[in-house]
Amino acid sequence: MTPTRPSRRSRTALVAAMMAGALALTACGSSGGASSDAATAKGPIKIWYSNNATEIAWGKQVVEAWNTANPDQTVTAEELPAGKSSEEVIGAAITAGTEPCLIYNTSPAAVPGFQKQGGLIDLSSFADGTSYIESRSGDAAKQYASPDGHYFQLPWKSNPVMIFYNKAVMTAAGVDPENPPLATYDEFLATAKKIVDSKAAPYAIYPSPSSQFYQSWFDFYPLFAAESKGKQLVIDGTSQFNGPEGLAVNEFWQQIYTDKLAGNEAYNGDSFADAKAAMAIVGPWAISVYDGKVDWGVVPVPTSAGMPADEINTFSDAKNVAMYAACTNQGTAWDFLKFSTSKEQDGQLLTLTGQMPQRPDLPTTYAEYFAANPSYTLFAEQAARTVEVPNVQNSVEIWQTFRDAYSSSVIFGTNDIPTAMSAAATTIDGLAKAP
Amino acid sequence: MTAIVDRRPDPGEQPEVPAAGSAEKRSGHRGGLRTRIIGKQPIGILLVAPYAVFIAVVFAFPLGFAIWMSFHDYYFTAPGVTVPHPFVGFDNYIAVLSNPDVLASFVHVAIFLVINVPLTVGLSLVLAVALNQAIRGRTFFRAAYYVPYVTASVAVVGVWLFLFGTDGLVNQILGPLAPDPSWLVNSTWAMPSIALFVTWKQLGFFILLYLAALQNVPKELYESASVDGAGSWTTFRSVTVPGVRPASALVVLLAIVTGANLFTEPYLLTNGGGPDGASTTPVLLMYQQGIEQGKPDIASAIGVVLVIVVLIIALASRRFAGGRES
Repeated sequence: MTPTRPSRRSRTALVAAMMAGALALTACGSSGGASSDAATAKGPIKIWYSNNATEIAWGKQVVEAWNTANPDQTVTAEELPAGKSSEEVIGAAITAGTEPCLIYNTSPAAVPGFQKQGGLIDLSSFADGTSYIESRSGDAAKQYASPDGHYFQLPWKSNPVMIFYNKAVMTAAGVDPENPPLATYDEFLATAKKIVDSKAAPYAIYPSPSSQFYQSWFDFYPLFAAESKGKQLVIDGTSQFNGPEGLAVNEFWQQIYTDKLAGNEAYNGDSFADAKAAMAIVGPWAISVYDGKVDWGVVPVPTSAGMPADEINTFSDAKNVAMYAACTNQGTAWDFLKFSTSKEQDGQLLTLTGQMPQRPDLPTTYAEYFAANPSYTLFAEQAARTVEVPNVQNSVEIWQTFRDAYSSSVIFGTNDIPTAMSAAATTIDGLAKAP
Repeated sequence: MTAIVDRRPDPGEQPEVPAAGSAEKRSGHRGGLRTRIIGKQPIGILLVAPYAVFIAVVFAFPLGFAIWMSFHDYYFTAPGVTVPHPFVGFDNYIAVLSNPDVLASFVHVAIFLVINVPLTVGLSLVLAVALNQAIRGRTFFRAAYYVPYVTASVAVVGVWLFLFGTDGLVNQILGPLAPDPSWLVNSTWAMPSIALFVTWKQLGFFILLYLAALQNVPKELYESASVDGAGSWTTFRSVTVPGVRPASALVVLLAIVTGANLFTEPYLLTNGGGPDGASTTPVLLMYQQGIEQGKPDIASAIGVVLVIVVLIIALASRRFAGGRES
């Protein structure tokens, strides 16, 4: 062995040791977690809320009201950090242990995943946890319970989706703008054809044709909820979309795409606001967005044979509040959660954002608001009949599997619907039952 | 006055060789060990340390961790949460390699590379040669080609949607020759469209590499070629192309590596790998599986396979595109 070789090896070993040291430092970066007495601990907490202007306004006033009354337990509020999606940001924060106590933008579809990560606090573990959630939201709360019956999320607000339509486009197409025939699939298709044939708008409707897992919540799922009279995609580990109701909905949308009544390309903007499409599937948040820009009307989503409006279900598009594992002052967090979802603060949420608090009997609870804002009343009535995404493990993978099958068979027609949906149902049944 | 003694050895004289181990004798055993560990210039270790730490934290650790994850049942958890991560052998790799969507994504990237790499090399070299001449507006053109490279994909995707949409400019020019369905929703044309987009977007960077390389081609070679009566094409083929061969090897390598990591363009331009999964890429699937669906073990297995495939292609390209020179 030459004298230089051991020397090089030693230097290599030293560099490797430095690298190992750096890795050890990196590994040491993640530590902490809630202590056993955190559940009753009081003190300052941090929360995140959504970054849209109306929710920021609501968040600021609720934090200010709390901090004035509780100067020893101050709440610091921040907008949710930017990312490809809120779920991605929250998932990364959980892994790093940097998430705040409460996040007022937790997607129900992401909750099973966060729960699996050990990132959520069981709200049912608080003495009045279950009773508070169920008394506030009524029977609708059950949709948000985990399979073991515990609540890892508080149902906060919904945006029940309905069909928005552009009255000016309807008039140009020769359709009655005050009472457009959109209740049955046949009526909807005939109206859509009129719009496109008359060139009143390039497309009748333009749901996003993208492959992201959540896009089915704004085309297939609302119509499936209506057609099936309130079924979720998966019930008790078995998929529900491969039956006659799901087939009817898929064939309806396939017809829309085959007849080019909807675009299958990405649209870089708001197709409804840009009058590229005459209709859109949106929630009550859209009222303030389109106010003054589009003369709009709203109807419930269609069903194959038509249904009275007060029997039609739709997708809730809910966003909830969850308490996260890094929270050390969970006593304060729970108190603030109840304060921010009180009847008074829910009224503020409705007033400032136009979104529906997850409470039963909204039209009577906030009668004064709906008297002053009648355009929101239909959404408030619809809020009582909403269907949530199923609270099951592998939720995102289930929705991605469904979306892929929907894209191939319905949007692009490269597969026939029964074959694609049967294969998806088999995969999804396996995923829903998997640990 | 001090006499200057010339101590240089005579040409025929053997230089004096110090006795083996004399250094150790001078500095003692401890000093010898220290020298063997930290070298004769310890400050070198200090100077290299920041980069070594950077490599360790940003490259070595993630890669090593990804390889480890790919052999275990793993998902991300909150700090303090301990869950078992059992060793699963090659199960994740079997799951990945038996998934038709994953295999299709590798085929899509292969299609992309077959179009993108030759186009990138050819166009950037030709344009660099053109921009190296004393042409009018040379500075403007150099900047113009570079602008797409420094502009975020998110921003320029809108322009391409406008150009290649069903009612876009390209289809209006082509008229009845336009494909139906249109480019970005046509399973045959989606990936070539993305390859074209990426070629255009990255051209400025590769032109810059070639422009730098062109400055190193000896002028005498062009003069000799001219004296020998070589025309433009012969000069380009016999002088320029061999002269920038090391740069070509670099361009090919970078184009392969960046192409294999394709994500943003299919995510934005073709609706997340559409139509019907015709433009999915391994990195897009890694994002879906690892980030969205909470399966970093499966995503890591895809990543490791991708690294191996890219290494093989890169080594092959180095052999064929100028390994000897580089």
